[in-house]
Amino acid sequence: MLPKKTASKEEKRVDSAQEKTSGSFDAREMIMDHIMDSYEWHLFTYKDYHCSIPLPVILYSKDKGLHIFFSSKLHHGESSYKGFKISTEEKYHGKIVEELPDGSIVKPLDLSITKVTVAFLFTMLFMVWLFVSIANAYKRHKDEPPHGMQNLLEPLILFIRDEVARPSIGEKYERYMPYLLTLFFFIFFNNIFGLIPIPPGGANVMGNVAIPTVMALFTFALVILSSTKYFWIDIFNTPGVPWWLKFPIPLLPLIEFLSLFIKHIVLVIRLFANIIAGHIVALGFFALIFIFGEMSLLGGYGISFVSVPFTVFLTLLEILVAFIQAYVFTLLSALYVGLAMEEPHH
Amino acid sequence: MELVTPDVGLLFWMLVSFTLLLIILKKFAWKPILNSLREREESISEALSTAEKARAEMEKLKTDNEAIIREARIEKEKILKEAREIKNQIVDKAKQEATQEAHKIIEVARLNIRQEKAMALDEIKKQVAELSVDIAEKILREKLSADSEQKKMIEKYLEDIRLN
Repeated sequence: MLPKKTASKEEKRVDSAQEKTSGSFDAREMIMDHIMDSYEWHLFTYKDYHCSIPLPVILYSKDKGLHIFFSSKLHHGESSYKGFKISTEEKYHGKIVEELPDGSIVKPLDLSITKVTVAFLFTMLFMVWLFVSIANAYKRHKDEPPHGMQNLLEPLILFIRDEVARPSIGEKYERYMPYLLTLFFFIFFNNIFGLIPIPPGGANVMGNVAIPTVMALFTFALVILSSTKYFWIDIFNTPGVPWWLKFPIPLLPLIEFLSLFIKHIVLVIRLFANIIAGHIVALGFFALIFIFGEMSLLGGYGISFVSVPFTVFLTLLEILVAFIQAYVFTLLSALYVGLAMEEPHH
Repeated sequence: MELVTPDVGLLFWMLVSFTLLLIILKKFAWKPILNSLREREESISEALSTAEKARAEMEKLKTDNEAIIREARIEKEKILKEAREIKNQIVDKAKQEATQEAHKIIEVARLNIRQEKAMALDEIKKQVAELSVDIAEKILREKLSADSEQKKMIEKYLEDIRLN
């Protein structure tokens, strides 16, 4: 009896495994896999074989201290390593959690170099290489017309300087130029690389809320550091409004003060939502091919004639969005800094 | 919720690396690029203003030249006019002198002619007187060669006197 039982169990497991591999195509899961961060860089899956680049996992738990290992040890979330595993529960979904001896699950401090981290580090290295070589070209060919890459990037640099920084900030714009240029090109290149489906491109960097958050924090810090007395007076004692809006209930000061934070939160959401939406829609069109392909082979090929042109069109649109969102984030950062440097009213 | 919850690890790495990126790019890229862009703009605007200045200079030189040429022309005309006047004066004076000289010569000639004429007349008168005396002598000698004739003549004269 006993062996039979185990056999049936085996069968069941095989069944469920088959269901997992050959079962119905889950568009939601496919899209989420692509847009979420991951501990490994998944390249492709052939039958049951997952091909992916392992990335370093860095964990610090209160019990076991610092742990650094490659994500290949976790076997794509199928096994645990030294008590660490990738959670499949609703809570901490897709994140590494620690199973304590008493069976409870806690989240350790997770400083892993994930897919998104690698993607933006690559963009940063690319930017350092690109702009340092351009800077050298400027030093070598002084007072000469721009050559090669200079030609491509100089209009953008001048655009940020003349159309973004100078009108928004005013005379003291030069101090903020390095930040604004870095911001613009970092967003722009990450967005563009995000559209290239070959590693190290294809990661959803700006569509991960943590990245715009850090940039908005930088802008917020700049706003606070460059704010003048008059800026704070405008917030807490707005001139030219009826007194009963400020006293006894400080309605307007409260709104103004909250808007200071909301402005920057909106900055994050605008960029993040735009980029993630672009990725989701493009992936949705691809998902259509597989959904129809499951119904009939002909359907899959048929819909691909619609999906592929649409995806091409969307990618072109996303190139535009990559520029526009980089521009908008930079412009609004410059505007907020410019507003913070308010001079006394005349 | 997963989508909108920022991950601590990502926040940390992004904060660190973005700060580093800012510092590196600021020092090694943006400063040289922005500086050389500004320098180039300055040199271009400088070159433009120099060109503008040179153009203005040229314009000024041109007007100066024109003024000089105009002045020279006026000077030339003045000089020519003066020369013409001087020439006329000289010619007039020469004419006057020549006329005076001519008058003088004519006067002298006339005087000479008058004298010569008077002298010639005197000569002729003398000659005529001598000739008439000679002729009279010859006639008388002819007439008075015969005595009858002489007597007749004396008588005649006597007659004349008597009659008177």
